[in-house]
Amino acid sequence: MISLRNVSKAYPRSGDALRGVSFRLRKGEFAFLTGPSGAGKSTVLELIHFQTRPTDGEVQVSRYNSRRVRRRDIPALRRRVGFVFQDFKLLERLTAAENVAFALEVIGTPRREIAGRVQRLLSQVGLAARASSRPSELSGGERQRVAVARALATEPRILLADEPTGNLDPDAAGGVFELFSMLNRLGTAVLMATHDADFVRRHPDIRRLELEDGRLARDSAA
Amino acid sequence: MRSMREALAGFRRTPLLCALSIGATGLSLVILGLFGLVAHNIGGAIGDVERRVEVVGYLLDDAGPEQVGAARRELEALPAVESVRYVSKDEALERARRDLVEFSDVYGELRVNPLPASFHLRLREGFRTPETVSETAGMLAAYPFIEEARFGDEWVERLFALRSAATGIALALGGGFALIAVLLIVTTVRMAILARGEEIEIMQIVGAREGYIQRPFLLEGAVTGLAGGLLALGVTRLAYVVFPARFAAIEPLAWLPHVWTAGGVAAAAVLGLLAAAYSVHREVGRAYGPS
Repeated sequence: MISLRNVSKAYPRSGDALRGVSFRLRKGEFAFLTGPSGAGKSTVLELIHFQTRPTDGEVQVSRYNSRRVRRRDIPALRRRVGFVFQDFKLLERLTAAENVAFALEVIGTPRREIAGRVQRLLSQVGLAARASSRPSELSGGERQRVAVARALATEPRILLADEPTGNLDPDAAGGVFELFSMLNRLGTAVLMATHDADFVRRHPDIRRLELEDGRLARDSAA
Repeated sequence: MRSMREALAGFRRTPLLCALSIGATGLSLVILGLFGLVAHNIGGAIGDVERRVEVVGYLLDDAGPEQVGAARRELEALPAVESVRYVSKDEALERARRDLVEFSDVYGELRVNPLPASFHLRLREGFRTPETVSETAGMLAAYPFIEEARFGDEWVERLFALRSAATGIALALGGGFALIAVLLIVTTVRMAILARGEEIEIMQIVGAREGYIQRPFLLEGAVTGLAGGLLALGVTRLAYVVFPARFAAIEPLAWLPHVWTAGGVAAAAVLGLLAAAYSVHREVGRAYGPS
């Protein structure tokens, strides 16, 4: 489903972010992407989301290959790959329901279907009762759940999460992780970047891809 | 429909900036419009004068009628020549008596007609350049029975220099003000994009198509250009109506041809669209990487 083959990424100013990274994530798999800040976790997620291209090597996501992908195919790829951020990236002027509806609207969902799908998505993340609240009225954990509902709007088969629990207290972080686990049990592959070593240690059954200084230092599945 | 709604929402979001952009674009184009009005009228006046450009060849008295007839046919066959008029010695004297009333006594007492017969050549439109006029005068003077050919060379050259200067100034001003208008629209659209930066980022992340994101901004640029063009047209028309009334001595000005006004407003809209496309390409296109 996701395959990185000898991927390197260098930026003009900051230099090498990744060096020769290779791994595969299979359909329906869950993995942590760990490592200290600056190890290259966000770069890996951006490469899989085709926000940037490798300097060397290749990234394959479903049938899309970083060497051959056409610019006009990228929106279709991104609908298959949901993305959740540490800072939620919700629109403050919109309610929770409107934030989710916004994603549905911009991908061309028929207007008559939007309200029903928003309701289902918010129920799925346990936030049906907070549909009309604005982000500023929600807790951190609730905001992240809205962000997850929005990421699920395109019915992705892969969910990328960049430090999704980084701004949350332990209880809220546990709740968001449980949500990811539930989505994974329903068949969605999840790749979750985190630098919280304790959090990762508490879930030893989950595959761990450990980055160090832009290299893949350990893969618990290897 | 959504694009138009979003474009109008852009105007509502930053009304001052949009008004400023339309106003400044309009002002740039007003100056262009006023200059166009003046250039159009100067062009019309020059055209009138140009049509009167004549090459005159004076004949020696011993030129025979067969020679004159043959020369006339040859001259009429020249591609640059529109018409050839032959003025006989008698006609020349008659005209002198009629036109120069103060000398009518002198002409009345003449026993011998001193005025020469002449050819008057008019040139076709597009051939009234100093070079063609001079060349035609040279061909006329080459006939052995032509004593002298005149065409007011200095005057013709000045006339064409004036037209060239008017065209050059119009092009320079047009280019300059069009550039100002483009820069203003580029800035306005860029500000609109930055104001919606968060929304655009989310659209790109969830997989909205490039065209879906870009269309409202392109439309906003085109509408800004169109509004600026219409504003400029309105103000230029106002100036056209008010200006001659204040200066009664001035000949009534001719209004711009419809092709100019419609073309100008359409060009303003296209300019707005292109300026917006530049901004959109810079600010939005990057997120999708190389084509």
